[in-house]
Amino acid sequence: MKRETWGSRAGFIMAAVGSAIGLGNIWRFPYMAFENGGGAFLIPYFFALVTAGIPILILEFSLGHKSKGSAPLTFAKLNKNWEWLGWWQVLISFVIAVYYVVIIGWAISYIGYSFTMAWGDDTTAFFVGEFLGLTDGPFQLGGFRGVIVATTVLAWLISFTVLYAGVKAGIEKANKIFMPLLIVILLIVMIRGITLPGAADGLEMLFKPDFSKILDGRVWVAAYGQIFFTLSIAFAIMITYSSYLPKKSDIINNAFMTGLLNCGFSILSGIAIFSILGYMMHTGGGELPGNLSGVFLAFATIPQAINQLPALQVVIGVLFFLSLTFAGLSSFISINEVLVSSFTDKLNLPRRKVVLWYTIIAGLVSLIFTTGAGLYVLDIADYFVNQFGVAMSGLIEVIVIGWMFKLVTLREHFEPISDFNVGKWWEFTVKFITPIILGITAIQNFYSNFTANYGGYAIGPTLAYGWAVAVGILIIGIILGKSKWKDASILEQTAEDV
Amino acid sequence: MSVGAVIFMIFGLLLTWGGAAVCISIAMRKRDV
Repeated sequence: MKRETWGSRAGFIMAAVGSAIGLGNIWRFPYMAFENGGGAFLIPYFFALVTAGIPILILEFSLGHKSKGSAPLTFAKLNKNWEWLGWWQVLISFVIAVYYVVIIGWAISYIGYSFTMAWGDDTTAFFVGEFLGLTDGPFQLGGFRGVIVATTVLAWLISFTVLYAGVKAGIEKANKIFMPLLIVILLIVMIRGITLPGAADGLEMLFKPDFSKILDGRVWVAAYGQIFFTLSIAFAIMITYSSYLPKKSDIINNAFMTGLLNCGFSILSGIAIFSILGYMMHTGGGELPGNLSGVFLAFATIPQAINQLPALQVVIGVLFFLSLTFAGLSSFISINEVLVSSFTDKLNLPRRKVVLWYTIIAGLVSLIFTTGAGLYVLDIADYFVNQFGVAMSGLIEVIVIGWMFKLVTLREHFEPISDFNVGKWWEFTVKFITPIILGITAIQNFYSNFTANYGGYAIGPTLAYGWAVAVGILIIGIILGKSKWKDASILEQTAEDV
Repeated sequence: MSVGAVIFMIFGLLLTWGGAAVCISIAMRKRDV
């Protein structure tokens, strides 16, 4: 089967940047910077971008481009014994997809609520009570939430439409619409933010450098973690997207553009969010709002800020939640493409058939997150799949590729076709810096989770929604890695064949 | 805003958006976009 290719280099960049830019850029990065030294945090952050983020992007772009296949096919072509690593990453994507879609559903719901500012004066109570119908514990599901089910289904339908149309006519076209719109909307929200009274105080909080923090090793680990999770690396997306690059395609410059544009978007988001928080402090007698990151920043604090705006409340509300929706959808589509591409390769089935069945099955699984216990399940699953899925698979990926294969072979593949060269520093970062940092993170994660349960949850929910999911996808990945390919000749194909 | 905060805000914006602009100009010079 002839593999599809992107219509243009700009199309690939838009899709890769669209995948990297997600909800975390808007609600995680600003708080991370604020907590870890303000402006000074940018030093370890950019250091991590250059020594880990961009090198791994180059690694994954070149793997996908060289193998012209999904992640399992890419690892199977390297060595059949490592195919499971590809499947593990695919299943990590699956878990992320089934809860991520529900958050996009929330954002779509809030676009509607923005028109009447239906959240009222107590935005937190509205979010957890009237909207989520949050139950007393993770095992009390409490029934489906009608509005959330409807908007989640809508998000699935959008993804289905895009993926069904294919790589060029679907994913590329969608990102060419979503990305420019996202940037324009963010700029409008940012300009509104920085023209509010008190905005300068918020930006002072975000950017005032505290150099004492960068002497703290934990801040450096946090910076590497932020870079690692923001770039859509280690869960098969970038391998999949680069497998659709034509034969003569730049790798290095594309990786630099993707990394830099993603981080540039994070900084713009930080300016928008903190100027609004500064305004809230200004109107609230200098008191900092309670929730500064995550879902509560987006769905409780920002609506509260919108309530306090002197004008354009509806416009800013709609635009903010539209930006969350676009940022989420572009990432969500890339996550789903990982699964579509992998099963199309493995089962040798028509792409459209896989898209249909995948959407139905994953859509049904995602319904658990639309219940009254959805936020609990999502919180636990998100933590475990990131800490013990993404971070661990990333660690194994760099060890396997860096130490068991000849990195120089890969460099000889991508340097001649790229706009500029990277030299030996790339091999050094992949072989040494990234494994060391991810190794430290892994030790920290295991230590903290064996000494105390995540988030103060009881052992039952963390076992059921956390450990069972994290270990389960690894086991299923190993089983899938042992299973046969429907058309084994695909393993022999080279870039020249497809 | 303090001078330090302004410097770091500009530093962040310049490094990311400026860096991306340089990369895009390299690609355009190669007539490959």
